[in-house]
Amino acid sequence: MFDGASNLAQGVDNAFFFIFAVAFVFIVGITAFMIYIVVKYKRSKGKPAMQFSRNIKLEVIWTVIPLILVILMFYYGWVGFAPMRKVPKDALEITAIGRMWEWEFDYGDGKVAKELVIPVNKPVRLNLKSEDVNHSLFIPAFRVKEDVVPGYDNYLWFTPYYIGDYEILCTEYCGLLHSSMVSKTRVLAEEEYEDWLANLEATGDIPDPEGLVLLRETGCLACHSLDGSKLVGPSFKGVYNSERVVVDSNEEITIVADEEYLKRSIYEPDEQLVKGFNKGLMQSYEGTVTGEEADLMIDYLKELE
Amino acid sequence: MDQTNKYTHTSYLENEGRFKGILSWLLSTDHKRIGLLYMNTIIVFFLVAAVLGLLMRIEKMAPGADIMDAQTYNGVFTIHGIIMIFIIVIPGLAAVFGNFFLPIMIGAKDVAFPKLNLLSWYIYVIGAIMGVLSQFVGGGAPDTGWTFYVPYSAESATNVLFALTAAFILGFSSILTGLNFIVTIHRMRAPGMGWFKMPLFPWSLYATAWIQVLATPIIGITLLLVIAERTLNIGFFDPALGGDPLLFQHLFWIYSHPAVYVMILPAMGVVTEIFPTFSQKPVFGYTAIAISSLAIALVGYFVWGHHMFTSGISYWSRWFFSFLTFIVAVPSAIKVFNWVSTMYGGSIDLKPPLLYAISFIFLFMIGGFTGLALGSLATNVHLHDTSFVVAHFHYIIFGGMGFAFFAGIHYWFPKMYGRMYNIKLANIAWGILFVGFNVLYFPLFIIGLQGMPRRYFDYLPQFETGHFVSSIGAFILFAGLILMLYNLVRSRRKGPWATANPWKGVTLEWQIESPPTHENFETIPEIKHPPYLFKKEND
Ligand code: HEM
Ligand SMILES: [Cu+2]
Ligand SMILES: [Cu+2]
Repeated sequence: MFDGASNLAQGVDNAFFFIFAVAFVFIVGITAFMIYIVVKYKRSKGKPAMQFSRNIKLEVIWTVIPLILVILMFYYGWVGFAPMRKVPKDALEITAIGRMWEWEFDYGDGKVAKELVIPVNKPVRLNLKSEDVNHSLFIPAFRVKEDVVPGYDNYLWFTPYYIGDYEILCTEYCGLLHSSMVSKTRVLAEEEYEDWLANLEATGDIPDPEGLVLLRETGCLACHSLDGSKLVGPSFKGVYNSERVVVDSNEEITIVADEEYLKRSIYEPDEQLVKGFNKGLMQSYEGTVTGEEADLMIDYLKELE
Repeated sequence: MDQTNKYTHTSYLENEGRFKGILSWLLSTDHKRIGLLYMNTIIVFFLVAAVLGLLMRIEKMAPGADIMDAQTYNGVFTIHGIIMIFIIVIPGLAAVFGNFFLPIMIGAKDVAFPKLNLLSWYIYVIGAIMGVLSQFVGGGAPDTGWTFYVPYSAESATNVLFALTAAFILGFSSILTGLNFIVTIHRMRAPGMGWFKMPLFPWSLYATAWIQVLATPIIGITLLLVIAERTLNIGFFDPALGGDPLLFQHLFWIYSHPAVYVMILPAMGVVTEIFPTFSQKPVFGYTAIAISSLAIALVGYFVWGHHMFTSGISYWSRWFFSFLTFIVAVPSAIKVFNWVSTMYGGSIDLKPPLLYAISFIFLFMIGGFTGLALGSLATNVHLHDTSFVVAHFHYIIFGGMGFAFFAGIHYWFPKMYGRMYNIKLANIAWGILFVGFNVLYFPLFIIGLQGMPRRYFDYLPQFETGHFVSSIGAFILFAGLILMLYNLVRSRRKGPWATANPWKGVTLEWQIESPPTHENFETIPEIKHPPYLFKKEND
């Protein structure tokens, strides 16, 4: 197992080596000493027990030496760990998605794969996303592991050193098929990786249209639903080109919600208020939403049948 | 062993008072009887949970499903963990030997609040029954692991509510016992027994009691919040409801790390009583041991984050928690040196209690050093949530607390029952247990290092040998357990009569009759000497 398959392996293994070496010496030494005592001081007539019960010098020694040793252990652990949090700027970014009970790797542009395919000798950063409960992405050969927690932007990174296949395991219990939540890392030569990526079909989710992202980020969706349900304001579903009864200066009129109407609703929402909704609930987005952004939003609304 | 005739005094085992038969036990406020109530309950539950452990090991003997499916396996390790942790090791030594011997060792007739003491046992039993019921009612046996991590525990369709409630109720029992012990130690020491004339088992119980009282409410509230989350859909921890899943982990470990010391401190206290007796020599470094118990209890509060190194907490949190974890290891190391020095130069009588106590040191060292590998940041990343952790905590809890329990029971058995067990049989059982234990758990370190995760129903082919060997160990261990229990259970009624002080101990419990009378002491003794004063005569 000590084959240093990634840039982080050496630091981890050094810490292992130091801790286990100290442990071995102490465990074997103390055990041997206890056996020696039991044999040497076996109870027998005419061999009374000594009655000492303290020795300050000894007690200081065996407080200070362990203290130094554990601080050294801590130090080795820290040195091996510190690089794990310093991701190089040029790292290849891939989103690793954990869901009950499979891994998915998102290369952007809708390109997703069930295995992690990466080029050799290039730093890789995995952004960890959970779609449900906690998981943990563990690649033993690379000495990397980080929990995949819903709502958290956890990450890990490493540079693989050798071409080959390595196991990916889930190490945070996640329910029924936790133990089947395994995948593989395939480390390829650079060109092979490029080929693989080029041939990877975009089957995953296409990124959200810009208009939708804008609607979401501006906060419109807090009051307008996309699914037809009525919230504080009318739903966006099917609004484009629909006939609406609106109140225009205390008069009910029927209009068609065309581009122009929609745009006005963003900037002067109270001018023509859909019947059944109250004035003053929606602020004007003048100065918040640019004309260009409003067009993108409306483009999106057009597609919402 | 010294053979003698049946005792002539009226012991606590003989009925006195209004009730007869089983009622005289179930309604007794005598701390000794309550101690035995706990002990018998704990042994029954221990057997159940041990069988569950054996079943898991059989399942993992070969890859793939052998005797159960994945859902069953997940349920089994959950209830195995819940029983072992909440029903056995947390009350464990304090409730059994603490109840029985704390008052005697400090020269008192009972604990401060005998009725509260009995109530604690009832609360404990109700909690334990809830735990059992969780297996049979509602949506199936809980499958969250004993750690109840959210969001899974908020979403699992199984009967998590019962299990949470069980743990919540058990917590109350623990708090009340702790409270009782603190007051007992403060108020009921015999005249002349200053703090530093108190034996070290009571010292360890004192440190433990503070943890029980101060830390347990946190888990209580946390479990309550999860219950609220499940029933009322309030989002505390589940991100789907707007909660923070890491907050749960923090709260959980703020309690559950100190809880580790709730079980190990009394274990240390027990072996600290055993070494001097079987060496006929005072405890080496009495003050260091007493103070290090308190130090462990105190620093133990600030290391919970070492269970969360890979959860996404910040760089400096990881740094800080790792550093403190290493510091808290030092008092434990000091204790090991003290125990060994207590034996050094003594008059060693290698009887079963000492065998268990020495193997406690051995197993505890392995558990402790592997704990350091888990506390170091770099190596933790590799080891976290692998079977290395499973091996580590079994070495600490079972090898440490468990073996200390066995040591204690073999030590105090003649005092508790006035009879002696078969020493030869006890030695054989010890040998089988010890070998079985190491064959069972050591391979888990190795496959853990190779990357075998924990809580896995199934595994990759490269781990097969390790799992197979481990399963063989489980059978050996189980045989040892049965033999040990057989010997003890049988000797309760059939063993030869024991003298009042078969091991030549010097603490107060050895100065009274075996079994003790209802009142323990006819007159409360006056304490003039430090607790571990052995006369120089020695035959
Ligand atoms: C009879 C001997 C025992 C056997 C054969 C045994 C076996 C096991 C096995 C196979 C697991 C599951 C590991 C996994 O799935 O990764 C486990 C978990 C566990 N065991 Fe034991 N065990 C035994 C005794 C004990 C004792 C004495 C304690 C504590 C006093 C204990 C505490 C635990 C805990 C806390 C867990 C973790 C449960 C969880 O992950 O939720 N076990 N044990
Ligand atoms: Cu998982
Ligand atoms: Cu801990």
